[in-house]
Amino acid sequence: MSAALELHEHDEEEVRPAWSLPAEAVDQIRVPVTLPDQVTREWAWGGSTGAGVRVCILDSGIELDHPLVGRVDRSVAVLRDDGGELQVLDDDEGDLCGHGTACAGVVRALAPDVELTSVRVLGAGYTGGGEIMLRGLAWAIEEGFQVVNMSLSTTRTKYVERLHELADRAYFRRVLLVASAHNMPVESFPWRFASVISVGSHEEDESLTFYYNPTPPVEFFGRGLDLDVAWLGGGTLRCTGNSFATPHIAGICALILGKHSDLTPFQLKSVLYQTASNAEGAT
Amino acid sequence: MSDLEAAVAAGVVGADEAHRALLQATVEVARAIFGAKAASVFLLDEEANELVFEAVAGEGEDELIGMRFPADTGIAGWVLTTRQPLVVDDLSADTRWSRSAAESTGYVPKSMMAVPLLVEERALGVLSVLDRPPETRVRLSEVDLLGLFANQAAIALDLLQRARRAREALAGEGRLAPLARVAGRLEEGERDAAFELLQALDRLLADSSRD
Repeated sequence: MSAALELHEHDEEEVRPAWSLPAEAVDQIRVPVTLPDQVTREWAWGGSTGAGVRVCILDSGIELDHPLVGRVDRSVAVLRDDGGELQVLDDDEGDLCGHGTACAGVVRALAPDVELTSVRVLGAGYTGGGEIMLRGLAWAIEEGFQVVNMSLSTTRTKYVERLHELADRAYFRRVLLVASAHNMPVESFPWRFASVISVGSHEEDESLTFYYNPTPPVEFFGRGLDLDVAWLGGGTLRCTGNSFATPHIAGICALILGKHSDLTPFQLKSVLYQTASNAEGAT
Repeated sequence: MSDLEAAVAAGVVGADEAHRALLQATVEVARAIFGAKAASVFLLDEEANELVFEAVAGEGEDELIGMRFPADTGIAGWVLTTRQPLVVDDLSADTRWSRSAAESTGYVPKSMMAVPLLVEERALGVLSVLDRPPETRVRLSEVDLLGLFANQAAIALDLLQRARRAREALAGEGRLAPLARVAGRLEEGERDAAFELLQALDRLLADSSRD
């Protein structure tokens, strides 16, 4: 079954979108004014530990019992069944390559009380990665995680339309996709979509330092240089790459949502903009 | 040398060597620019799901070409899988990688920069730079520079693979081999009738493709 078909099936079960607004319905859709006149870092995430926020790491799995990662609430993998169909199944393989563990450790360091879920879509024995990634992402959206970290991308244009559809779906469902940008002369996705938060790296060594980029498609720069990230076997590895800048921004988003759980993705992007290290007057 | 042999040599045999030389030049320049002990290009063998050393400059230059390891392990496998560049400053912390690298290559690097080799939609392999000078802190501009080199290496690798496929098709049991042999014989003396037959075949195929 294709991801697109699945989406339509699930549409049946949900609250139907409003296509117009009758006058008498206005009172039913009052929404809170959540952003104050001055959005500060203190307002945005002061005192937050990310408690109550569900973060999904769509990656190579997460090593269980890693001291820098701690509790992993659930681990699933996208696997092919005997009939060749992709299934999302509970998984106890951990992480065979290390990438997902590294990302999870970054999120945990910033937002210590988030609930972490691992969706394994990369790693040993994986071929046809695009389909698997799409299936894993569709599952994460259905599960309604508030933040999905995607330190990965695909260059295959045949997946672009479905990926775009999923990214928009996530945006409207308040599932925030935080995706690694490519710093290479190549077209890849989903980071290029406006519906996600795309992340490149800066060279500073403060985890809460991040920048808004006035010349997208890369919209934010997070800490991505010389990091001691969680690594297989309970250890650490000193690494550089956008793969690790991305969970920094994902972690900051989790902190913000820990304090302001009703923010929509566009509001959250505004909060990031207003609290970015290069925002004039930001405090 | 006949026209045909010359054409084949220029298009396939020579191309193989020229593209390999281009790939070698790329890793040598990458090594020199980063002041590294070694630089290498791995080609992804999709059927075997293995990475193969295709070009090496510096440490291991003579021994490593053709050596293989699983495509989804190690830093190179990581980069290939995630399609993201990666710099690791202390590989000794990754005992798994260090041990397997030591066992297979005899050379254990301390640091590694690696980028995927992407052509259009395909990941062809990985370009890696090993052991930059230990006192220099990596800069993001270096990662960007390596990405540009990767683009060049990817093009060379793509051409090399195309040339190999063309040579396999034209040689021995390849599907186009009879065509190459026939064309070769056409130049052995006067073969007007054979040329006429070939032209007739060409017209026939052109007509049938229009139907």
